[in-house]
Order: sequence, then structure tokens, then C-alpha cells
Amino acid sequence: MRPTVTSTANISNSSALRAAFLRRRRRDFRLFTLPALVVICAVILFPWLFTVWMSAFDWKIGSVAHFVGLDNYAQLATNQRFLEAIGHTFYFTLLAVAIPLVLGTWAALVFHREFPFRGVLRSVFTMPMMATPVAVALVWTMMFHPQQGVLNYVLSLAGLPPSLWVYSPTLVIPSLVLVEIWHWTPLVMLILLGGLASLPTEPYESARLDGASEWQLFRYITLPLLAPFIVVAAVIRTIDAVKAFDTIYVISQGGPGTASETINLYLYLQAFAFYNIGNASAVVVVFFVIILALALLLLYVRQRAKWVQ
Amino acid sequence: MSNAASSVDSISCSAAFRRPARLKRALRKLAFAASIVVIVSPAILVFLWMLSLSLKNEVDNLAYPPVFIPSPPTFRNFVQVFAENSLGLYFWNSIVVSGGATLLALLVGVPAGYGIARLQAHRTTVLILIARMTPALSYLIPLYAVFQFLGLNNTLTALTITHLVITVPIIVYIMAGYFETLPKELEEAALIDGGSVWAMFRYVALPLARPGIVVGTILAFIFSWNNFVFGAVLAGRATRTLPAAVYNVLTFEQLAWGPLAAAAIVVTLPVLLLTVVIQKEIVAGLTHGGVKGA
Repeated sequence: MRPTVTSTANISNSSALRAAFLRRRRRDFRLFTLPALVVICAVILFPWLFTVWMSAFDWKIGSVAHFVGLDNYAQLATNQRFLEAIGHTFYFTLLAVAIPLVLGTWAALVFHREFPFRGVLRSVFTMPMMATPVAVALVWTMMFHPQQGVLNYVLSLAGLPPSLWVYSPTLVIPSLVLVEIWHWTPLVMLILLGGLASLPTEPYESARLDGASEWQLFRYITLPLLAPFIVVAAVIRTIDAVKAFDTIYVISQGGPGTASETINLYLYLQAFAFYNIGNASAVVVVFFVIILALALLLLYVRQRAKWVQ
Repeated sequence: MSNAASSVDSISCSAAFRRPARLKRALRKLAFAASIVVIVSPAILVFLWMLSLSLKNEVDNLAYPPVFIPSPPTFRNFVQVFAENSLGLYFWNSIVVSGGATLLALLVGVPAGYGIARLQAHRTTVLILIARMTPALSYLIPLYAVFQFLGLNNTLTALTITHLVITVPIIVYIMAGYFETLPKELEEAALIDGGSVWAMFRYVALPLARPGIVVGTILAFIFSWNNFVFGAVLAGRATRTLPAAVYNVLTFEQLAWGPLAAAAIVVTLPVLLLTVVIQKEIVAGLTHGGVKGA
């Protein structure tokens, strides 16, 4: 509100009057946020609280709820399937963050240069990011098909043996990561492209005078300057990868067996296949803590990135 | 980087190194062109394959080696999904739910964004960011229980309310950011002329904020449209949104690839068209907030 003080000073010379005026305006502005606040309380805040409350009950939809305290959490701590789901989530996340970061950096460097049809090609490259995940996942399901799938045909062209893709317990997570890479590398690219556009040109000019090679320019100038943006992209990607649901659910349903069952998939089954609301709520709370930690990390990193700039 | 390349070339091209330098430059150009192809082709090829599957008959779709170019192309798959799988109904459901949720979010979210921007209440946007990062499933369990209690499960009303989880944070976040970029002087002038805060919002700030509203509306609509899990859980057979219907109805009723690919195109085409319309603004909105659909 500070900047407004100078302009309103003209109309109300007395400082008491002005203070009252500003207070009234702040109250009016608060009224503007009221309707949204009500909606957010109803559909966001209430579910959060309800979930935490329900996690202390043994409740299946249609039966009576029993208060069990922290039992649901204790059970989760020793639940082999849940612990494996956490493992799958971290494995999936690690791959689905690292690979798009590398490819996204490369793509950003390419799109940062001028070349014919750059705008059109960039639009095409970013199309996967906006496409409906379910629609895309269905197409990938058909592409992964071991007998009629086009991917095994591509492998055969390269002289490679056919793969089972998502039908193999060991390959299912890397295969799903392939879809994730295709889907979200564009977002990493866009963030880094924004970063590249903001870099200063002087360091490059002086380094070039010193006879630095293209690789040295990238390694010792671009990469360090781009680091804050890479970190932001990494954290955003991490949050999205941990939350991944649609593509995994459509393509593998967490299978074969439970080989690709992530926390989110496990949660879905507990809640909407077994209607085990108490248990699922406890899963949500644990999941929530993980994601909240990551969200705070994002805000912290964004703050630091601002300083570096 | 473009300046970088050309100036390096001009130095190395001088006199004695002319021929190897020219060869090197040609090679480098070739490598660069190759990397463009490698980067862009996966995106193009998957969408082209989607199109190819949707335009072929079932015999060609299951052929091995695969038939790439439909000859002759057939629109039977598209006709079939609308005629036999009532895709039209689900399309309408999606428009009602995403349209309704976006309109409601605009109604409460635009004034809220304004209030937040003028109060400089940055902490509220933090809360909204955290809300955007929470997995959609976390909201679904409590809301499912409440709708069950109210007898609203399987209705479009319940779905529209649930989609507010997606649309409200996007609109508030984008509008708060947008109003902050607007100069306050004009509003101050209106206030000095005796207008109320409401008049100042309605007649000065709101018209200026039109570009921001357009971007917020389209992004909120896209993310709501793309959402799968709310429809999959809360909707009944007749009230499913398009993504949920394509997954639940089509994949269980039939495993034919042609109709499935045709339905996938029907789901995703509106989004891709909207994306093309405001390509630049979407990019700015997405990378600035680092937010995407739940």
C-alpha cells in the first residue's frame, strides 16, 4: 500500500483522516477476496482437515467408523505393499526428473539459436505438454503392445530384439518414464529457454576472445548461470513426477502385479476399489507431507534463484 | 548463441584455415539440423501415429509390419464413436463441467486476484501454490464421502464443484499476478473522482485486465478438461467427462484400436487448438507460476 500514500496525500492532508481512509480501503479489498476464500475453504481446506481427521478412524464407506488413533499410520509403516509403492515412486521420480532435465537443457540450447521455422517447430515440440494425458496414454498403450505395437517394429528396424515394455515387471517403470519424458520435457525446455534469454552476453564475448571452445562456453559460463533455472525446473518436475497418476493408471494400472504401483496408485485402490477410507486418508497424509516438503523446497529455491539474478 | 556461432566462424574462417573451417562448419550445421530432427520428431510422430490409427480400418491397424499411411483413409472410426459410444454426450458433459467450473472460478477468482494484488498479500498465493501441488486424489476422498452423504454422487453438479479445485487456484494465481502488473495511478484517479473501490475495480481495473482473464480462462479450462480422475471416480455412466468416458467406456466395451484412437483425438483436439491460439501467453503463464493441472 505504500506507493498509494503519496497520491492520496493530496486529498486528505490530515494524517488521521488518511489512515482511516486507507484502513477502509484495505477492508474493501478484503471483501473482494471473500467469495474465493469461501470456495477455497469448502473444496480445498475442508478436504484437508477432513482427511487428517478420517485418518484416525477405521472406516469403510457404508459401515460405522471406529476411532483407532494412529493405528492406520502404524499399519502403513509395516505394510510391505505400501513401502514398495514408496520405492516405486522414488525410482519413477528419479528417472522422470533426471532424463527430462538433460534432454530439456539440450532442447533449450537448440531452440535458443535462430533457425528456419523455429517458432512452428517449438509449438510442435510443446504440444505433448498440453495434450490430454488420458488420450496420449491410450496411444502409448497401443504403441507398447508386444505383438502389434509400433515400438517393437521400430526396434526390429534397428536390429534389436522385441521388448515386452509395460508387460514386463522390470521394464514397466522405465517404459512409463518414457511416456513421462515425452510428455514433460517441453516444460523443462520452456523454463530453461526463459533462463537462457535472460543471460548476460558479456561473459561470452570475453571468453571467446580468450579462445574458448563451444563446449567450454557451455560448461563454464552457460551451465553455472543457468543453474537457478535448472533447479526450479528440477523441483517442478519432481512434484509432477511424484504426483503422476493418469498415464500410469491408464497404461499399466500399477501392474504387472504391483510392479509399477506408486503411492498414488496404491492410494486410489485403497480408496476407490476397497473403499478403505480411514487407511487411504492416512496414505494421503503421508503423501501430503512428502509433497509439502517438496513445495516448500520449490518456494525456497525460487527465492534463492531471485537473489542470484 | 546465434551471435556466438557466427562470430566464431568469422574468426576461424580467416585466411589459412579456410578449407577445413568450411568443412567443419558444414558438419556443425549438419549436426545441428540433426539435433532439431531428433528433438522434434517424437512429438510429431506420436501425434501422426494417433491420426494414422484413427483413419485406418481394423485390419490395417493390427497388421504387422504396421501400415503407416491409411489407404484409403476412412472416417468410419469417428462416426462409430459418436454413433455407438455416445461420445457426443460425454463431450457435452465435459463442456458443462469444465465450462461451469471455469465460469464459477472467474466469478470468485478475478475479484480475489484483485484484492490479493492490492493488499499485497503474497502469503495467500503461497497457500494457493501448495493447493496446486497437492495430488488431486487427496481432495477426492473427502469430497466423495460428502457427495455420498448429500446424494450428489454421479451428478454433473458434484463434478463441477470438484473441478473448482483445479480452476479456482489457477484463476486466482494468474489474476493476482496480472493485476500486480497494472499501474495503480489510473485507479487512484478514479478514486479521487469520488468512485468507490467497487467502481474502481469494475470500470478501471477489470477492462484493463482482459488479456490476463483470457489466459487464466483458457488455462483453467484446459486443465479442467484434461482431468481424468475426478470424472472416473465421481461420475456415473451418463455423467462421465470425456477423458473418463474414453477410458472407462471404450476400453472396456471394445478393444478396437481405430475407434479408440479416434476418441483420443476428439478428446485432445480442442485443447491443442486452444493451445495454438494463445501459445505465447500460455508459455508465460506456465513457466512463471510453475503450475500445472492437478
